[in-house]
Amino acid sequence: MIDGTAAALPVGRIGPSKGRSVRVQRLADAARAIRRRDLEMVSTAGLGHIGGDLSAADIVTVLVLGVLNVDPTRPATPDRDRFVMSKGHCSGLLYTALAARGFFDQSLLNSYMMPLSPLNGHPDINKVPGVEANTGPLGHGLPIAVGMAIAAQLRRSQSRTFCLMGDGELQEGSNWEAFLAAGHRGLDRLAVVVDRNGLQQGGGTEETSRLEPLSDKARSFGWAVAEVDGHDHGALLDLFENLPVAAGKPSFIIARTHKGHPVSFMRDRVEWHHRPPSNTELVAALEELR
Amino acid sequence: MNVTSSAVLADCRDAFASTVMEMAAADERVVVVCSDSVGSSKLVEFKRRFPDRLINVGIAEQALIGLAAGLANGGLRPIVSAASCFVTARALEQIKVDLAYTNARVVVCGMSPGVAYGELGPTHHSVEDVAWLRAIDNMVVVVPADPRETGQALWAAMEHDGPAFIRVSRMGVPPVYGDNYHFRLGKASRLVEGQDVSIITNGTLVARALEAADALRDMEVRCRVISMPTVKPLDVDEVVRAAAETGAIVTVEEHSTRGGLGGAVAETVVEHQPAPVRIMGFPGFAPTGSAEFLLEHFGLTAHGIADAALELMKRKG
Repeated sequence: MIDGTAAALPVGRIGPSKGRSVRVQRLADAARAIRRRDLEMVSTAGLGHIGGDLSAADIVTVLVLGVLNVDPTRPATPDRDRFVMSKGHCSGLLYTALAARGFFDQSLLNSYMMPLSPLNGHPDINKVPGVEANTGPLGHGLPIAVGMAIAAQLRRSQSRTFCLMGDGELQEGSNWEAFLAAGHRGLDRLAVVVDRNGLQQGGGTEETSRLEPLSDKARSFGWAVAEVDGHDHGALLDLFENLPVAAGKPSFIIARTHKGHPVSFMRDRVEWHHRPPSNTELVAALEELR
Repeated sequence: MNVTSSAVLADCRDAFASTVMEMAAADERVVVVCSDSVGSSKLVEFKRRFPDRLINVGIAEQALIGLAAGLANGGLRPIVSAASCFVTARALEQIKVDLAYTNARVVVCGMSPGVAYGELGPTHHSVEDVAWLRAIDNMVVVVPADPRETGQALWAAMEHDGPAFIRVSRMGVPPVYGDNYHFRLGKASRLVEGQDVSIITNGTLVARALEAADALRDMEVRCRVISMPTVKPLDVDEVVRAAAETGAIVTVEEHSTRGGLGGAVAETVVEHQPAPVRIMGFPGFAPTGSAEFLLEHFGLTAHGIADAALELMKRKG
């Protein structure tokens, strides 16, 4: 962090009691604050996955601060909504958003990846309140989310399950087992959000192992598909609050995003997958996020 | 113990099936998750009685384990039932991360383990499962000897605050335990007292180890027989006592000779009470043959075990 002062985060839910336009503005402000804080954390740690964090920051901000029905003072409430961060390498973003929602004190963020910190490089459900699954190896989050959604169905709970996935992650076969299972069961309280920035660690998804036509694939597995601008807070909010996309089917949301967004020298550049910003780069990035 | 060759052989899957039905009747959170393994897990009756609580994910072991972890997070008490060879190998990372690292309360039942699938060959044998799973923190690993122990181990695993793996044998076994047996997680049972040599065993081979001890008694060799159903956490005290008091240990299991019960015992003996150890099991991929043939072929018979004990005793200090 610079000058020893962390960027201020909003704390608490940005819920429906406010009017839509106020709410969307607050979510946009919150997303900016979360990006700033995350950049500082990753820069201080010298570790992290800032490209994917910035790509998914708007999705995660809208979900965690705006949408999830959770009580940070009682994180294990049985009927809570569940948010599975399947792209667990984007822990910096997850921790920052959970702190902003009030699951733990923001000062803990200073310990990101420091020795013995609860904030490991990948999330640990037993150490960090608000974390719902131990992700990191790709292709684990969705099967877990499907289990959560089946449990809610059997328990006749109103709990909703959201699973954020990277697009490169879709190359893992375990996901397609889970897509089959959820489609077969018509789990319409389950929504997958794909952070479709088109880049994975080593290059483009389409040049590595082609995913398109992705929406056709999802439909053929029995999912209802919606596409959205993954950086448009209003559009994300409207979509998340009007799920399912189709009754009787799980929702597959393709969120069009840009890795590193909106920092000019990071945007759409694959090398920012896991490169920590230098101090000079941090200052420049924060300047752009004022 | 009264194990005789004329005893009626039992299939531990029947005990599994009746126990999970008792559990489901007692607790509405209990669900069974399987991978197109309803028949092979003997779950037809469970499916009839609790149709909503039998979750068949199809032939998809990775999703099977991940989904069970999600069911546990969602407030249910899942019991996974699938062929041991597939669920442990194919979903090993899910077992490590989704169950063990998470400390999820999921009981994984590895059906038809060891060489139960006999002639189907090494693709279907599960002789590495204990080694793989006992290397993982938080995992409990149990290898029951007979139907009674299988049922009791299931109840104990269900009460345990974390994940557990239980082998459920398909190969017929004679009953080993009587009405007064009480399984305790992490505790061995001394089935026969003796001071000359110890056999530490579990699973389908406990009955054969008892027969070996009978044969040794006829030769004036007093052989201690220890049943060690819980491989993790191991009953270290009982192993150390066996090494100190009998000076030689033969381990016998329906598993690879690398990393299973034998490995666990050897680690303990080397560290706490050095003594000669002979590890009996499968040294490699098995040739074609029935389960019964393969046990014979690799000397996992009463005579083979007794001979190994006599040989090992020559190495006592």
